[in-house]
Amino acid sequence: MNRTVALWLAVGWVGFALLPWYAIEDGFWSFVWLDGFPTDADYAPGIVQAMGHGRLWFLPIGLALVAPFAVLWRDKTTPSFAFVLQAAGIFGLAYTVVQGFAIGIQGWEYGFLVTLFGEFGDRQFGMGYGALLTSAAFLFLLTRGMAARGIVKGDVFVVGSIGGVISLVVAFIVFPISRILVSAVQDNDENYAPALFFGKFLSTKIWGIDCLTSNVGCGVAWNSLVMGILVGAGTAALGLAFALVATRTGFRAKKLLRVLTVLPIITPPFVIGLAVILLFGRSGAISTFLEWSWGIEPSRWIYGLPGIWFAQMLAFTPIAFLVMIGVVEGVSPSMEEAALTLRADNWKTFTTVTLPLMRPGLANAFLIGFIESIADFGNPLVLGGNYDVLSTEIFFAIVGAQNDQGQAAVLAIVLLSFTLSAFYAQRRWLGQKSYATVTGKGDSGVHILLPKRLKWLVFGTVLPWSVLTAIIYCMIMFGGFVKTWGFDHSLTLMHYIEAFSVTTSEFGLVWSGAAWNSFWTTLEIAAISAPLTAAMGLLTAYILVRQRFVGKDAFEFGTMLSFAIPGTVIGISYILAFNVPPLELTGTGVILVICFVFRNMPVGVRAGVAAMSQIDENLDEASLTLGANSFLTLRKVVLPLLRPAIVAALVFSFVRAMTAISAVIFLVSAEYDMATSYIIGRVENGDFGLAISYSSVLIVVMLSAILVIQLVVGKRQLGRRDPEQFSAQRSAA
Amino acid sequence: MKQRIGHTFLAAAALAAFTLPGTASAAGKMTLYCSPQIEWCQLVVKEFEKATGIKVAMTRKSSGETFAQIKAERKNPKGDVWWGGTGDPHLQAAEEGLTVMYKSPMLGKLHPWSQKQAAQAGHKTVGIYMGALGFGYNTELLKKKGLPEPKCWKDLTKPAYKGEVQIANPNSSGTSYTTLATMVQLMGEKGGFDWWKALHKNINQYTKSGSAPIKAAARGETTIGIVFLHDVVTQAIKGFPIKAVAPCEGTGYEIGSMSIIKGGRNPDSAKKWVDWALSPAAQKLMPQAKAYQVPSNASVAPPPEAPKVDQIKLIDYDFGKYGSSAERKRLLSKWDNEVKSLPR
Repeated sequence: MNRTVALWLAVGWVGFALLPWYAIEDGFWSFVWLDGFPTDADYAPGIVQAMGHGRLWFLPIGLALVAPFAVLWRDKTTPSFAFVLQAAGIFGLAYTVVQGFAIGIQGWEYGFLVTLFGEFGDRQFGMGYGALLTSAAFLFLLTRGMAARGIVKGDVFVVGSIGGVISLVVAFIVFPISRILVSAVQDNDENYAPALFFGKFLSTKIWGIDCLTSNVGCGVAWNSLVMGILVGAGTAALGLAFALVATRTGFRAKKLLRVLTVLPIITPPFVIGLAVILLFGRSGAISTFLEWSWGIEPSRWIYGLPGIWFAQMLAFTPIAFLVMIGVVEGVSPSMEEAALTLRADNWKTFTTVTLPLMRPGLANAFLIGFIESIADFGNPLVLGGNYDVLSTEIFFAIVGAQNDQGQAAVLAIVLLSFTLSAFYAQRRWLGQKSYATVTGKGDSGVHILLPKRLKWLVFGTVLPWSVLTAIIYCMIMFGGFVKTWGFDHSLTLMHYIEAFSVTTSEFGLVWSGAAWNSFWTTLEIAAISAPLTAAMGLLTAYILVRQRFVGKDAFEFGTMLSFAIPGTVIGISYILAFNVPPLELTGTGVILVICFVFRNMPVGVRAGVAAMSQIDENLDEASLTLGANSFLTLRKVVLPLLRPAIVAALVFSFVRAMTAISAVIFLVSAEYDMATSYIIGRVENGDFGLAISYSSVLIVVMLSAILVIQLVVGKRQLGRRDPEQFSAQRSAA
Repeated sequence: MKQRIGHTFLAAAALAAFTLPGTASAAGKMTLYCSPQIEWCQLVVKEFEKATGIKVAMTRKSSGETFAQIKAERKNPKGDVWWGGTGDPHLQAAEEGLTVMYKSPMLGKLHPWSQKQAAQAGHKTVGIYMGALGFGYNTELLKKKGLPEPKCWKDLTKPAYKGEVQIANPNSSGTSYTTLATMVQLMGEKGGFDWWKALHKNINQYTKSGSAPIKAAARGETTIGIVFLHDVVTQAIKGFPIKAVAPCEGTGYEIGSMSIIKGGRNPDSAKKWVDWALSPAAQKLMPQAKAYQVPSNASVAPPPEAPKVDQIKLIDYDFGKYGSSAERKRLLSKWDNEVKSLPR
């Protein structure tokens, strides 16, 4: 008996014959269905739906679940084994999906089905546990069949993972995004109008180059592109500088430095923007000081590209740092030592050996910085001045006075084409070279110290930047304790009391503060989505780096899609896709988790890809040769070497789930309100005190969460000598 | 294409249990999409629950966001009532058939401007408050720069104010679109656009959000901001050196509205909400929620801090014409081509 087939058959039959096929309206964990089960039409499993409620269209699903029994006891090498499993899997899956889309809450979903078959007498709601388990069973029966045919060396685990990840990416990224991109070729009443698309796409608002010749602004596409490149390059360079200081110098306050670099990602973006205005704005502290001391007329120079660039550098450098640090640590000292032995000096070694080996890190850091920058919405909104960019235009195309979803889709397509180009540019730059430096061979060297010139350059950038970050954060924290930030600086605790007061009543503690509700929800959703995101991201990275299969490039781009698109577009596309059957998820907590997992997964993927391209494949092969399967290899060999990437993915996804704004605005509901949507409401109303005190609390929570994550995941052991001990020896000699 | 959601769900369960949605009380339940500031939303929900026993699930989003959401959800609506927020998107929702007609018995008790707007929308929306357009300036900055006090719309186009005025981009903000439509009605289409072209030279930034200009003025980032007067009052009450001006030529206004969403699951509760929200009991709550607009129920006096309506010359704003999407599209694209594209 084939164990994999038996397992998935069992899962499939449990889903089809035991659990309610449709979603339970009262929530996923509601057990009201036990009452009236299994006969009630709302709660019946698929097989009862078919037999007892005249929903005969369920019968083919049952047939597809019977077929695999025919090969259950066959040897996996017999041709019929693969054939039957693949046929049953494909048919079952396709049929389940098609019936789900075809029959909706008002009968036939599509007009042509009505003309073809006449009005449909029945209807169905969103899919529930039964449908999900059955579909999962079909998928993995299919991948088992494919593995039996020898695809990807016949590795059951790898084929299953690829199948699973692809299906999830299709269901939660490609499907919703295509729902909104379609509107690019539709008019406002959803009629097909391709001419409209070209009119909008070629508009001078997007591509105008007037700024070269006059003081009229350029097209938003150019603005976004310039901003993205400047921020991508800037964050990659600064991230590298921070990573070098943290790993290759004897700098004493490294711990503090790390905290400072992490702070900005855990801050809702508008807070940074506001702090920048309070410092550099026309009436900002520094501008006022300059006017008082040097008589410099205060101006609005910060509004526009300089302001956006500055705020985004603050916000996105930490992500670049998180990606870079694993890579900088991973560069093998033996190669550097070899260069030194060959009489290269420190500088030459660094520029010709170390730096080229860091290319995957630099490229991935640039890519993330670029994508984050052009998709960022908060900073351009606060600091953009008249420098319009794609992301803000997209937001206001959807929610602004013109309310033109098609326009938003067109702009999103422009944005996506930039992402795609950046993605391919990165691939070309990395080329086919090998960056493997973690080889498992004797590698107990110590990294060279930085060349003098570079050291001063790195310190010269990192220290002022850190001081600036520290000042900005002191200002932000201070803002929560004063009456009106930037105006009335009398100290008060009123904002904290309003948000986080706890009173006692006869029933015990009452969480009476206005923020508690959204605070707990946020914490819960973030805690659930972070590990899922990291797992999905790293599994995907493993597939991308270590496995070869047809359509890999398209797949890799697919995983980046949700990250590259501004949150607003994601939010609307999730409503369009998941507000109606077959997957009806709006208003639940699940949709928030899913949104975060798939939106933040790309960072896990990027960090994982960067780190994994340094790990020599021979390590995997050694493990496989010794008889471990690929799952065991992933768990025992690859994962422990990926600890920095795991930390990066966990931290990023946890933090993003707590600070993301634009996607969430459309997905929160009364039961599942998120901290950021509460904060943004306060900001819209100008209540910065409350918004900032809430943000400060979130920052503290996130900092502690990051510490916990680092403690739990731990550091990776690369078997190198202790650098401090080494430098002691060196100075003694 | 939903194969492994099961796994996601199970893993989610292992980490924390999702709470069940609250069970409905006997009096019923409803879902409210609320667009004004959160204090106001929370206050009206609390008072409505007290008055009727109906349990309200409320989400707050800005009016543009709510409109986008209702539009995206139209095949399977999740909300029952959309309460508050500027009238334009409510009118658009009515035009697109996203909301349903309901004539509240309270209708006769409302100010004429509210009744007129409701009639123009085929009673698919109804006004709950009114806010007049105007501008505000930072008194300290004005003094420091030695600028004269602006009193009229025309004053704002004087060269003295170059680089000192902010207004939102009408393409993104309803407030600014109201300004555009007001100028066209006040000065005729040609005169209105000439005013905008002259103003364009003085603008230091077209903001995205409608109320951003006055917040920038409050913090001294600009001298003058063109916004709704109640937004000016809000900043002044916070203590910023901001003064409100009702322009001498007269001005347009917005009507904050509410609509019943088509296909909502609790239509009876929705009607009860509308009746209650137009009642004096509900509209008297405004000052408590720091809302300084004029209530639509004629028997409720406006909050003392509110701009004095009898001192403002209001134009006869044509919501039927300027609320329609065709006219909006035409004016906005004309503005883009003739005003925004000019050099400064």
